[in-house]
Amino acid sequence: MKIEVRHLSRIEGHAHLVVDAEHGEVRECRLEIVETPRLFEGILKGLHCTDVASVVARICGVCSHSHSLASLAATEKALGIETSEQTRNLRRLLAYGEIVQSHLLQLYFMAVPDYLGAPSLFPLAAARRDLLLRALRLKKLGNDLCQVVGGRAVHPVSLCIGGFSSLPEASPLQDLRRRFVAALPDFEATVELFARLEIPAFERETEYLCLQEKGYPLFGETLVSTAGVHASVAEYRSVLSEYVVPHSTAKFARTKGKSHMVGALARTRNAFAALSPMARTVASALGFTPCTTNPFHNLQARLIEVVHCVEESIRLIDRILADGLRPEKVQPPQGGGCASAAVEAPRGTLFHSYVYDDRGRLEQADCLIPTAQNLANIEADLRAFAPTLFPLGREEFTRRLEMLVRAYDPCISCSTHLLRVSFV
Amino acid sequence: MKPRIGFFDFTGCEGCQLSVLNLEEEFLELLDLVEIAEFREVMSGQTDSLDIAFVEGSICRPEEEERLRAIRAKTRTLVALGACADTAGVNALVRFRDAHQVRRHIYGDDHPHLATDLPRPLSEVVRVDCRIPGCPIDGREFLDVLQALLMGRPPELPSYAVCVECKLAELPCTFDRGDICLGPVTRAGCAAVCIAGGDRCRGCRGLIDTPRQAPYWRILEEAGLTEEEILKEFRTFNIAGKGGR
Repeated sequence: MKIEVRHLSRIEGHAHLVVDAEHGEVRECRLEIVETPRLFEGILKGLHCTDVASVVARICGVCSHSHSLASLAATEKALGIETSEQTRNLRRLLAYGEIVQSHLLQLYFMAVPDYLGAPSLFPLAAARRDLLLRALRLKKLGNDLCQVVGGRAVHPVSLCIGGFSSLPEASPLQDLRRRFVAALPDFEATVELFARLEIPAFERETEYLCLQEKGYPLFGETLVSTAGVHASVAEYRSVLSEYVVPHSTAKFARTKGKSHMVGALARTRNAFAALSPMARTVASALGFTPCTTNPFHNLQARLIEVVHCVEESIRLIDRILADGLRPEKVQPPQGGGCASAAVEAPRGTLFHSYVYDDRGRLEQADCLIPTAQNLANIEADLRAFAPTLFPLGREEFTRRLEMLVRAYDPCISCSTHLLRVSFV
Repeated sequence: MKPRIGFFDFTGCEGCQLSVLNLEEEFLELLDLVEIAEFREVMSGQTDSLDIAFVEGSICRPEEEERLRAIRAKTRTLVALGACADTAGVNALVRFRDAHQVRRHIYGDDHPHLATDLPRPLSEVVRVDCRIPGCPIDGREFLDVLQALLMGRPPELPSYAVCVECKLAELPCTFDRGDICLGPVTRAGCAAVCIAGGDRCRGCRGLIDTPRQAPYWRILEEAGLTEEEILKEFRTFNIAGKGGR
């Protein structure tokens, strides 16, 4: 049996799924990444530090805010620029908005159709209008939070080195807070929906990697994994190595010679105790335990994180409003330097590392994308999962493998767009 | 029968398709007016014929050319969705680097499967009937263009510059705070969103039809920019020619 799914649907970007199996044995199992390399890193060279964040946002439409935040953090560290508590709070709020938006897009629009046996959510517009309406309403919450804080839902406009070039007003933040609280019944209905989905049974041990900070990981200086990694972000290159495979225009990344997983499941496993109370309640309603090794539980982990981000956003908006939003003088960046920074993007740990010359022009960029880290793990899962599906017949076999790829929410545009480079 | 529309993407970030999905409530109303027959990012399956195809991304490889031609062949109206499809957008910046050398630096060796041609807008490969500019597109403008197409009239884009929208919004002039701004020559339609956010206009929507080139270059020169620096401004989103000069 040979299957080839070209331009796999309901994922971000272009990949083919190729499986070759005979006599109950998987001979070949690959996720071919066919997205055109954009050589983004070539684009970045020579850019002035004040232009870098807005150009790197264009790497990815779904996680443009995470790219901007990682980029600004690396630039600020390189140039020795401190940020205020107000800036850190607002950036955290923006990151929550992006996780809510990205996760809900994946859960409702990319994953749910598999479990409802539909090619997409759109044909359900008549029969399950409530479901589609709820999906759109909830996703809008995340988008609106990004819009209010970042100035636009895709590719932010109000962030700058050292802070914000434009601050949100108090009233739209208050309004969002009200809407978050009012949306709780929608989240309950979402939890009920996901608790009923029949998640395929498949377990495979792997290494789970994410940032570590005081609370649930989002921004942090330390990288940790279930296999004992404990390193500072600055040393990420000694922990993770990238390599080229012939069937992919995205490089693959691995820890000490093995594949690993980043993203929602890695974070919920590694930092379960730091989740908000409501998120932990959702976890128990979904029957999620942090010791799971089923990659399909990425779905539950994503929903748990959405609820965590909503609850934390409510808290954070209260704090921001209580402190009062004050315009801050942002010092124009001067000189050069080098540094690395990482953020937990919706799909996992995202690293940006820059070298600036003394006029503030980018000399060298090195970025490591969450999906590039997950690709090897997806293939390892596919190889282990495929043999268990032989009795199901060709159609179901293919469907289940596609579902496995989707469970990771791969972001192919990202993974082919910004990879390691050093210019001479 | 409802008109059948499709969404497609090539080399880009899929942020324009996402901006369509982000219309949320209006998107649902859209489903009453049209049938979404193909949209790989959020649906499975393909179709043989379409009334309108919205195509995002630049064309960089022979396989992409082939796929775009096939889309052209099955659709009545083809719309370039966003800057990458319309002008090649930020992708085109790679033209100013040695791509072979960049690939070697990124991937170690220059493997044949990584080869690409220079990023091109759709119109260099197939006939494009109309376009929605911007990086990303503005959802309102997408609805305007779709409405015009559904009513059988040619869609119109604003013929005036971002500067006009900026003044109407009473935003302080970017030049006054010492920053460079492409607002005076860039096509309006974005409500000057970047300037409202405290950033500057980088020209993602492309030039207006008759930009006043000479006076604008004089302003840039007065702001202390060299010719190379001025060209660099125009290159971010690959604005045509020598930036209107």
